[in-house]
Amino acid sequence: MSDLTPAATTLAAAATGHGFLSPTGVEIAFLLVGLATLGAAVVTVTTKQLVHAALWLVVALGGIAVEYLLLTAEFIAWVQVLIYLGSVVVLLLFGLMLTKAPIGRSPDADSNNRWVALGVALVAAASLVWVVVDAFRTTWIDLDGPAQGSTKVSGEILFQHWVLPFEALSVLLLAALIGAIVLSRRDAVAGPEDHPKGQQR
Amino acid sequence: MSTTTLAVLVPLLPFLGALAGLLLGRSAPGFARPLAVLPALASAVLAVVVAVRQGGGEPIVASTQLTPTGSVPIDLALYLDGFAVLVAVLVGVVATCVQLYSTAYLREDPRYPSYAALVSLFTSAMLLVVYSGDLMVLLVGWEVMGICSYFLVGHYWETEAARSASLKAFLVTKLGDVPFLIGLFALATDAGSFRITKILDTVAAGGLDHPTLIALLLLAGVAGKSAQFPLHTWLPDAMAGPTPVSALIHAATMVAAGVYFVARLLPVFEASQAAMVVMAVMAAVTMVGSGLAALAQDDIKRVLAYSTIGQLGYMTGALAVGDRGAAVFHLLSHGAFKALLFLGAGVIIHAAGTNSLAAMSRMDGLSQRIPDAFWTMTIALLALAAIPPFAGFFSKEAVLVAAEHAAGGHTQAAPSAAGWLVLVAGVLTALLTAAYAARLWLMAFRGRGAAAPDHGKEPLAMTGVLWLLAIPSLGLGLAAGPIADWFDGNGLTPTPVTSVLGTGAAAVGAVLTYALWQRAAAKAATAPATATPAPGATLAAADQPPAVAAAVSAATAAAESAAETPEVAEVAHEHPAVPAGPAADPGRALLGPLHRHAADGFHLDAVYDRLFVRPVRAAASLVRFLDREVVDTYVSGAGAGPRLLGSLVRRAQTGNVQSYLSALLAGAVVLAIATAVLANVNAGS
Amino acid sequence: MHLAYPAVLAALLFCTGLYGVLARRNAILVLMSVELMLNAVNLNLVAFDVWLRDALHAGQALTLFTIAIAAAEIGIGLAIVLMVYRNRGTSDVDRLRDTAERHEPGPDTPDGRPAPNHQSEVTA
Repeated sequence: MSDLTPAATTLAAAATGHGFLSPTGVEIAFLLVGLATLGAAVVTVTTKQLVHAALWLVVALGGIAVEYLLLTAEFIAWVQVLIYLGSVVVLLLFGLMLTKAPIGRSPDADSNNRWVALGVALVAAASLVWVVVDAFRTTWIDLDGPAQGSTKVSGEILFQHWVLPFEALSVLLLAALIGAIVLSRRDAVAGPEDHPKGQQR
Repeated sequence: MSTTTLAVLVPLLPFLGALAGLLLGRSAPGFARPLAVLPALASAVLAVVVAVRQGGGEPIVASTQLTPTGSVPIDLALYLDGFAVLVAVLVGVVATCVQLYSTAYLREDPRYPSYAALVSLFTSAMLLVVYSGDLMVLLVGWEVMGICSYFLVGHYWETEAARSASLKAFLVTKLGDVPFLIGLFALATDAGSFRITKILDTVAAGGLDHPTLIALLLLAGVAGKSAQFPLHTWLPDAMAGPTPVSALIHAATMVAAGVYFVARLLPVFEASQAAMVVMAVMAAVTMVGSGLAALAQDDIKRVLAYSTIGQLGYMTGALAVGDRGAAVFHLLSHGAFKALLFLGAGVIIHAAGTNSLAAMSRMDGLSQRIPDAFWTMTIALLALAAIPPFAGFFSKEAVLVAAEHAAGGHTQAAPSAAGWLVLVAGVLTALLTAAYAARLWLMAFRGRGAAAPDHGKEPLAMTGVLWLLAIPSLGLGLAAGPIADWFDGNGLTPTPVTSVLGTGAAAVGAVLTYALWQRAAAKAATAPATATPAPGATLAAADQPPAVAAAVSAATAAAESAAETPEVAEVAHEHPAVPAGPAADPGRALLGPLHRHAADGFHLDAVYDRLFVRPVRAAASLVRFLDREVVDTYVSGAGAGPRLLGSLVRRAQTGNVQSYLSALLAGAVVLAIATAVLANVNAGS
Repeated sequence: MHLAYPAVLAALLFCTGLYGVLARRNAILVLMSVELMLNAVNLNLVAFDVWLRDALHAGQALTLFTIAIAAAEIGIGLAIVLMVYRNRGTSDVDRLRDTAERHEPGPDTPDGRPAPNHQSEVTA
């Protein structure tokens, strides 16, 4: 957390410090929620307690849902809450438990690769932020006008224009469902359990 | 059929025979003998027919061009004059004799088919050389002979001597062939053609720009092929081959090719007085040196080899004084009696079980065991020693007459210095020739000691051939008159002065040798009698192990028996050990202190070793060093660099997916930044 | 609202997820980091869709699809991790090194190539 937060705050300060901005209430709310989200995300990837990481992920994902709301995309925000917070995090927690992840601090939560990873991430962050800020310095989003992300609008465009991809997506979900079941079945013990070991040796 | 067609068939038949022999030799060994003998016989008959039709008249010239070859055309040409047809008859007859003899001599050899095919190829190449009217075609035959001699000399390749001898024969003749080839090109450039007729026309018109250079270059090739000093060293070593091959090489093919070639192009050589003098010096040195060396050899085949070199010296001498008739006449008679000598020597070696003259001189009654070989060898040796009325006398006299003619300044062709040189050397060599011929005869057939081993009668194919060849050895001299008409027309009959000189020298040599042999034999007879009284002069000495006799005279016997064990690869059957002991060798007394050097061929091999072999070896080791240490360093460096890099890169191959991904993403970020920066820079500029 | 806010937030979230993917040892934590990265992308999509006022709302539709696909991905991914855990007794990413080149010549190297190389190096 201590690695990334100062950079984020200075950048945010730089974005707001310029005189042509008059921060509106929405902007201030967005900034605060964004900071909380970012902080939760950073804790997620740095904490040594695996279950805490999942819980901090809930905070981060919830923050993103709030950001969607602030961007007037309410349907997506609820979908986010339903799917991510409701199912994905639960799945992850189940996964942690099924793999007998240690409860409490585990000193080897990060691999030896972490300094390289930190370098790559910092450079990537710097270059991305620089490019993004450089590109959208003078761009504003007009949040007024007709609602863009209400359930009605989303339902209309989804079932008028995106029906076919939507149906294809349902097939994909079915395939993923079957795949997950096949992969995690326990009764195929004799085959897959011995085979990789024999290969290893 | 026209004469031309017949003449084409003459070299073609043995060639086809050789091809068929090589192809069928393994699958149908029963055909090997007919395939070897019949083409040779047929081509001999055809050569006789061609000779009769040609009749010594105008040359028959025929040519056809296969394909245009640029500025200097190469034709398939025939040029049949008296020389060509007579030499072809000789080649055909000798080849037939050799093939017949080989069927018996090598009857148990598993490699007989390939041997016979190579002899056929050899014959065919020589006939091509003889008949060819184009120098390029001649060169083809010339080189085919070279490679065939390599294979045939190395027939017993299991023995080290045969391997090295075949390599030596090949390399030394090739050493001469390189300047020969250059000389041919120079000649063709000057004359504008490879055709012999055109070249001779050019020479007659004085159109040769560099006669001395060309003549000397060609002479180098001739010296290599005809075993003239200083390129003669391969010939004595070539004795490692089977005896019939020696007969073929020495009598009719290979060595005769050089002399024949000079005879063909004699006008080219005559255009340069310097070349003639060089040739005369070469002939004189060859003659005298080989005569001395022949006296000191112990191996019967080496004696004959050195005698071949000497007789070729006579021919070269005749050419050096500008009389090619005498040269080719001597070539013909020498071909006959030398083939006879070698084939007879093969019979002797078969019977005695050894090559060594000293060992033969301790055998009793060798002449009774092989009467045919004894009588025919006697004839041939008399011919070699130039005793009238044998063939050698007439031909050698023809050479001496020509030399005397030139010495008197009666000819334009050669300087009188060359004449004197050849004359003096010729008379001296006549003495030496008679001496070593007598020595060979005495030591081989008049040996005293244990009885010679009995191997039964020699086969008819061997003895019959000997008698067949005895006829020309005996009677070819009487044909001197008519044969002269086939050549340039110079008389070949002897004159009183040279006959007296030559025959006198020969007689002196023979008598001297006989006297020395008597003395040496007497001494040798007393020596073992005093030293070994114990066994009591029983005739069962042949059964005694060599140790008894070896104890006799320790030092000399040991030295001699070491020298007396040449490679006898061709003697298949077992022989009882021949008791060692001092041999009655007249050559030792005759040469005195020179004997040691002569036995070693005057150390010429050692000189070559110093002059050529060692520098070449040193250069080779230098090259090897450069290759190993310098070039290979780069090569192995080129290999080691990537290997080092590879091992470094392999270290990154940890299997850790996260590190792979880190590297991938880092690369992507770098690329993205580079793109962004470049875009900014380009936009700014 | 200034577009830079959501854009910068998305970039930073993405890089946080990136760090997590590269640095975490437990496979499930890696999956969580992947979720973070996907969410950063979703945020971008929504923000730009709102800014562009797209008639088809492609950004929002794609966000929905991404969420669905992410759900499928997390299901499959967790199944794989579970299977790996069952077979290997661990779900640590950096212990799954079967793709590494083996340094000692195994008796049953499939192609026989590394063993001779190794031998030649030893002899050289």
